[in-house]
Amino acid sequence: MSTLAEWITVPLQFDFMQRALLVSVVAGVVCALLSCWMTLTGWSLLGDAVSHAVLPGVVLSYLFGLPFAAGALVFGAGSVALIGVVNRTSRVKEDAAIGIVFTAMFGIGVVLISRIPSQTDLMHILFGNVLGVSDGEILQILAMAALILAVVGLKHRDLTLYAFDPVHAHAIGLRPRRLEALLLGLLSVTVVVALQAVGIILVVAMVVIPGATAYLLTDRFERMLLIAAAVSAAASVVGTYVSFHADIATGGAVVVAQACGFALAYLFSPRHGVAARLLRRSPAPAG
Amino acid sequence: MSATETTRTPPQPGQEQSPPPPAVEVAGVTVRYGDVLALEDVSLSVGRGRICGLLGANGSGKSTLFTTIMGLTPASRGRVRILGSDPAAARRRGLVGYVPQSEQVDWAFPVRVADVVMMGRYGHMGPSRRPRRADRAAVEQALERTGLSDLAHRQIGALSGGQRKRAFVARGIAQGARLFLLDEPFAGVDRPSQATISEVLAAMRDDGATLLVSTHDLAGVPDLCDEAVLLQRRLIAQGAPADVLTPQRLLEAFGIAPHPGGRAA
Ligand SMILES: Nc1ncnc2c1ncn2[C@@H]1O[C@H](COP(=O)(O)OP(=O)(O)OP(=O)(O)O)[C@@H](O)[C@H]1O
Ligand SMILES: [Mg+2]
Repeated sequence: MSTLAEWITVPLQFDFMQRALLVSVVAGVVCALLSCWMTLTGWSLLGDAVSHAVLPGVVLSYLFGLPFAAGALVFGAGSVALIGVVNRTSRVKEDAAIGIVFTAMFGIGVVLISRIPSQTDLMHILFGNVLGVSDGEILQILAMAALILAVVGLKHRDLTLYAFDPVHAHAIGLRPRRLEALLLGLLSVTVVVALQAVGIILVVAMVVIPGATAYLLTDRFERMLLIAAAVSAAASVVGTYVSFHADIATGGAVVVAQACGFALAYLFSPRHGVAARLLRRSPAPAG
Repeated sequence: MSATETTRTPPQPGQEQSPPPPAVEVAGVTVRYGDVLALEDVSLSVGRGRICGLLGANGSGKSTLFTTIMGLTPASRGRVRILGSDPAAARRRGLVGYVPQSEQVDWAFPVRVADVVMMGRYGHMGPSRRPRRADRAAVEQALERTGLSDLAHRQIGALSGGQRKRAFVARGIAQGARLFLLDEPFAGVDRPSQATISEVLAAMRDDGATLLVSTHDLAGVPDLCDEAVLLQRRLIAQGAPADVLTPQRLLEAFGIAPHPGGRAA
């Protein structure tokens, strides 16, 4: 099948495709890891919030010629902290606090965008620019991804304990608040890693879908992490290739590939899939 | 406090001179939830190696006493000491186990029974909580003692209510907690399961652990417990079960006299 081989090898001759694959796979993997906790803690909305809230940071970085990660990290972590403050110091519930902070931040970003001279830059911010990612940006992405992998490698069991049973974490002397802050900090950095790959609008897909897909496929958390990472990396590769050959937006293609993976798991997961359930004629699980 | 007799030190030859500090000491604790006064000036202490039954009507403050000892509910007055040290320090040393009245966990969480029990070992592990052979052995033993060995690989939500209770007791065993707080471990549990749990608790006591167990099964108290505490917002009595469970005190605590030898509502 020389055509299939060509389908695979031809894009690799282009430097920009190699970089694009690298960035989308790295982003896919770190997002996938975080997405496992996001799905289980019910924080998916928070992923959406953080990704939108980084907009002003990214715009400011563009305007002042700073590394994009700098502004994005400040606004990502800042908005998470702000959500916590509003939630804790008023009677406003968490989902409302999230909605307020992220729309406010996004609004500030939209205001700032009117100062951006080029429409191309705007499109890159909103929808990603993985085909035009620079050396400096790749370095930032790899550094942040390495940090996330190191922290997750060291702390994933504590984070899982926190997500499952914070009272027990407290009982054995851990600080649930600190673990929560760690998880939110990781989420902020992860969102920034994925910005270049898929853009602000679609980041939330990357921090929700892989975890949800893996959750349908296993009852063991450690496996869930591995499955999510594998599925997400595969979606990144497939999406990037399809975008090259079909000449469509890369970020969108990656997210559609993620969604297809989820749909397959939803339908055909051996234990938790719809098809298997119909065959067994057992009722849908509660919750 | 109107306690009859506080602690009969268990026979420990050679230790009569300087008894170790009690397993748990609650001194003058008052807890409010807004306008609700849940505990008022409660003082009690439980010696080491004992099972203490915590009794009282619904809303008498049993769960509040547990969460206050655990540092989950702040006391507006009074203080708690665990095994002679500050509660936070005791928790950090892995000395305290706690099984809440109803676990607020996501039962669909992708963890197996053995994984949950392993979480009891985290305090014994390095920073990345990678289990070693001793941890695996402790988990296996705890599962065996609670009769859950066959269910070790089930997802936690795929257990019955009584089996779930036992899984969380197993976690406390694996932890090697020296003070173990169990809030109504027998609620919704059938007789065989209750017998299994009681046996396990007695074995922990025999290993020197101290257990504070709230229960509505008054009839089972004399068999299970070395002492009992009767609570009704204030402490009504603490002492040997026979001394605490007098008709007059039960009337004071429950407002009605339960059938002699029967179960309270
Ligand atoms: N979170 C809370 N907010 C307000 N009031 C509370 C809260 N928790 C408990 N209370 C009140 O405090 C009192 C003691 O409650 P607690 O749960 O400690 O009782 P209990 O002895 O454990 O009862 P039960 O036997 O029903 O478990 C009750 O009057 C209860 O209504
Ligand atoms: Mg209670």
